[in-house]
Formats: sequence, structure tokens, C-alpha cells
Amino acid sequence: MSMRDLTLTLLLAVANTPAQAATEGPRLGQPLEPAAISALDITVFPDGTGLPPGNGTAVEGKAVYDARCAACHGPNGSGGSAEELAGGRHPLTSAEPDKTIGTYWPYASTVFDFIRRSMPLDAPRSLGNDEVYAVTAYLLHANGIIGERDRLDAATLPKIRMPNAAGFVWVYPERQPR
Amino acid sequence: MKPSIEPDALPSETVGTEPDRRRFLKAGLAVTGAALTGTDRAEPPPWMTRPGAPLSNYGLPSPHERAVIRWVAANADAPGNGISWTPLERLEGIVTPSGLHFERHHNGVPQIDPAVHRLAVHGLVGKALSFGIDDLLRYPMTSRLCFIECGGNSNAGWHQEPMQAPAGNIHGLASCSEWTGVPLATALAECGLQPDAKWLIAEGADAAAMNVSIPLDKALDDALLALYQNGERLRPENGYPLRLVLPGWEGVTNVKWLHRLQLADQPAMARNETAKYTELLPSGQARQFSFVMEAKSVITRPSAVQALPGPGLHPISGLAWSGRGAIRRVEVSTDGGKTWQDAALDSPVLPKCFTRFRLPWRWDGSPAVLKSRATDETGYVQPERQILVAERGRHGYFHYNAIVSWAVAADGSVSHVYA
Repeated sequence: MSMRDLTLTLLLAVANTPAQAATEGPRLGQPLEPAAISALDITVFPDGTGLPPGNGTAVEGKAVYDARCAACHGPNGSGGSAEELAGGRHPLTSAEPDKTIGTYWPYASTVFDFIRRSMPLDAPRSLGNDEVYAVTAYLLHANGIIGERDRLDAATLPKIRMPNAAGFVWVYPERQPR
Repeated sequence: MKPSIEPDALPSETVGTEPDRRRFLKAGLAVTGAALTGTDRAEPPPWMTRPGAPLSNYGLPSPHERAVIRWVAANADAPGNGISWTPLERLEGIVTPSGLHFERHHNGVPQIDPAVHRLAVHGLVGKALSFGIDDLLRYPMTSRLCFIECGGNSNAGWHQEPMQAPAGNIHGLASCSEWTGVPLATALAECGLQPDAKWLIAEGADAAAMNVSIPLDKALDDALLALYQNGERLRPENGYPLRLVLPGWEGVTNVKWLHRLQLADQPAMARNETAKYTELLPSGQARQFSFVMEAKSVITRPSAVQALPGPGLHPISGLAWSGRGAIRRVEVSTDGGKTWQDAALDSPVLPKCFTRFRLPWRWDGSPAVLKSRATDETGYVQPERQILVAERGRHGYFHYNAIVSWAVAADGSVSHVYA
């Protein structure tokens, strides 16, 4: 399929699209080389796509956690000023449910992705890949999901099934009333 | 007649920040010290007997309006992680001044040089492309007035007891602007899409690299790569130099400081579409990807912690909006919901946009409970609180849109009630 056909298909495929979609731009986009994309692309998907090389265990992660995370998140992932990450005791159906990584988060990939992109708040992107794997392992272990010597890497992390993996119902897509 | 907000009427964690204009005042804008009253005088007021201030490059509100500010609530350990509220109860019309647009940042406001900021579009595309800000400024643009509302707006409504705070400190994580920019569909058409592209993962260039996944059909429908807000380039706290605007969809999807769009066949399952911005139900299941902000309304005047000076005419004024389209009707009750009257809707009434409603009300001095109820063009009617809580429980946190009740006591004081 040619580029023109692709574009045409795109425009024809979308029902109820306002005329604005058909607007022709000056086509000023610069080609993005694979190397530039690799440098930018930090998304990690549940199936492991996007996970970098590297590895770590909970034992290794405890030192990183204590040094870089515990000040806000508390010892062992709870009791700090920031989000409760572990130690959830009240189930999601109780009067005061605890929403932690172990009780609520559906995918292990999210833990890795979020730490790598956003944490720690005072120095995001400062952890190396091994450190992110290790802290992820530490938090999964603190929630009783993996053993303290289980090694997380691009192959093992996507195989983890989180306790609340089946806990979500998509509202979207829905029939839009017209 | 505007009642002043006393700090003790605000939630304890809320702190006001001194606006720049107060410093500007201290820097020497002379304010006459004479005690002036509004009574008729034989002498003209001083501003009619001496020249006024010189012209200015960028106007500021009157110093007499310095109480009209965003109220900030942030984590003391991480001051860039928090919110600031639009003071809805002190504003009129439907457009929120840019400097009062609500904020929700996850790790502060980046100060971005537009000369080096680029938008990368890659993934399941025909060809991956990168656009500079100057490039995007050359594209055909469109403008639309629409609201942006944080998914967590009004979440105090889930509390067991009604929070006593100004309307803006409960419902002010919602603002309305004219946004101008390039239709996202134009940029996507230039890249071309592969057939299995179903989701668009949008990422900001802030210190959180905040990202969310957006269904492709919304991206192709009315999504905007916004460069301008209320006629001027975006404010830094509203995404300068580029933000995504998804009319009617929850705030977190309107990614600020946009620098990357990745086409994919699945959502990323980012932290802000799994751990947050999902709604736990009593069953233990959670609603996910509940993007649309359903119809909602709130009376902004009179409203909680204000005081009516006495019986007589008190025009009721408020805002209604729906993420599904235009507001069709707003009903107002002054007797706690026993009877309802249709409020007048100010023009324009636009889809996915604040709509101003009004109803003249003559208060007889006896206790009254004021409510407003919005209906949108799909026929959806804003629910009473007990209906919403029965359906969702009290731990969903997000997407609270129940009818709001304000009680007027015999002494004129107004409070928030569940009625």
C-alpha cells in the first residue's frame, strides 16, 4: 500500500470525523531515524516490549530502595508521605481498601516503567537499568509476589502474573449515543 | 458583594501562594490611603483629579482583586506534585482566565525552550516523523472552546461528611479555555498509519515523563495539538509549548508539554491508567479507560462558605458541562429537590464546554437548599449523590459528578450539605 493510499484509507476509515481531519498541512515533518527513536522510546508494555537489557533481585534492590525511595515511601514500601506501595492488608472489597502494588496494580511492567521514567522525584532518570530491575524486584517481593532471589530481566518480568491482573473492566470502547 | 474567604474556611492542607501582582504592588503602585466609601460625595474621587498610571506591556488584575487566586495543595516533600484550584465561585461567564486555570502536575512545571522542543511521532506509522514548534505553527489551525476537568475533580463528594469549602476548592479542578492548534489528525495523516494501530501513547517532556494511552478513534476525531490558549501561547503550567487537548475527556489524557506520540496495537498500561485514574467499585473490580467526563453542574453563587447579607433578590448563577456534547438543560431547585425550575442558559451553548446558567431567586429569609441538575444532548441526567454512591461505592475516587447541594441558613450563611 502506498503512502497516499494509507492516508486515504485513514481518512475514509474514520466515520463522523470533522472536515478538519482532511486538512492538508505543509508536510514539514522530519524523518526520525531508528537511533533517535530508540533514544526517545521508554515505553514498556505488559508483554515486555520495551524492556532494556539488565537485571536485578530484591536482595540487590533493598539497598537502592533504602537509599533512594524510603525517605518518601517509608520502610518496606509503606508508612511514608508518598504512595503506599506495599503492606496492603484490607482487600479491595473491604470498607477501607488498600490499593498497593500487590493488591491493585495489574501489571509488573508498570512498576518498572514508572520507576524508570518518574522516580525518584528529586532525580528522575538517574537510576540505571539494573537498579530499576532491582527496585522493581524489591517491591514485588515486599508484596509477596516473587522471592527475594528471583532475578528480574526482560525475559522474566513479563511472565509475572500480578494478584489483581483480572481486576479491571474497560469502560471504553462504548457505544457513543448519537 | 463578594464575601471574603477566611483561611479557616479552607481545607487545612490548602495553602495560598502570594501572587506576583502583590509583589508588584509592594514595588510601588500607589494606592490611595484615603478611606473611600461608595456614598455620593460632593468632591470627585482622586482618580478623577490626577493622571492615572502609565500604559503597560502586559496587564494585571486590579490590586483590589488580589484574593482571586488559585489555591495550591501540594506534597510538602515534593512541591511540584500537587494541584491548584480554579476559584469558580469568584468568576463569571464561561472562560477561565489563563492564570487561574487549574493545575495538576506530577513533578513540577518544566521551563521549556521552544526552539529545542520537538514532537516525535513513531511506532505503527507509515513513516516516523519529528516536528518542531516553528513547523507546527505553519500548519492550518482550528480553535475551540472546551473545558478540561481533572478525573479527580469533586472527589470530596465521596467523603462521608460534606466538605465545607468554597465551590472552587471542591469542584475547581475544571476550567474552560479557547484552545487553538493543529488537528492531531493532520499530523497523523502526514505520517500515515499502519492497519493495526489502535492506540496512541502520549508522553510529556516533564520530570515525570507523564504518559497515557489514547484510543486512535478519539485522536482522529477532535484531538488538538494545542499551541495557544485564550489567544496567546500556552502558559508554562498549561503545557507550553505544546499540549494535547482531547475535548470532553478527563484531564490526565490532555498531556501537557507533549513531546512524543507512539502508535501501538495496545495500551501501554501506564501508571496513570492502572494504579491511578481507575475507579474501584464495591465488587472489587475497577473501571478502567473511563475517559469521558459525564454531565455535571454546580451553582457557583450562592455557594458554600459565602453569606447572603439578607432576604431579597439573589440571582443564582452556575456552570454546567458534559464530555459527551452540549448541555441541553439545567434545572435548579431552591427547596432541596422537591420542585425544579429550568434555568436560563447564556449563549453560547457549545459542546464539551462550560455553559453558564442563571435563575433569579428571591430569598424570603427562611432556610433553603439549592441544587442544580444538568441534562446533556444525549439525554443523560446528572445523578443525585445517593444514586451515584449506590452504583459506585465510595472508593472510586475519580469521576464524581453528582448533584451538589448548598444549604442557606436563616442567618444567610451557606454550607455544603448532602440532601
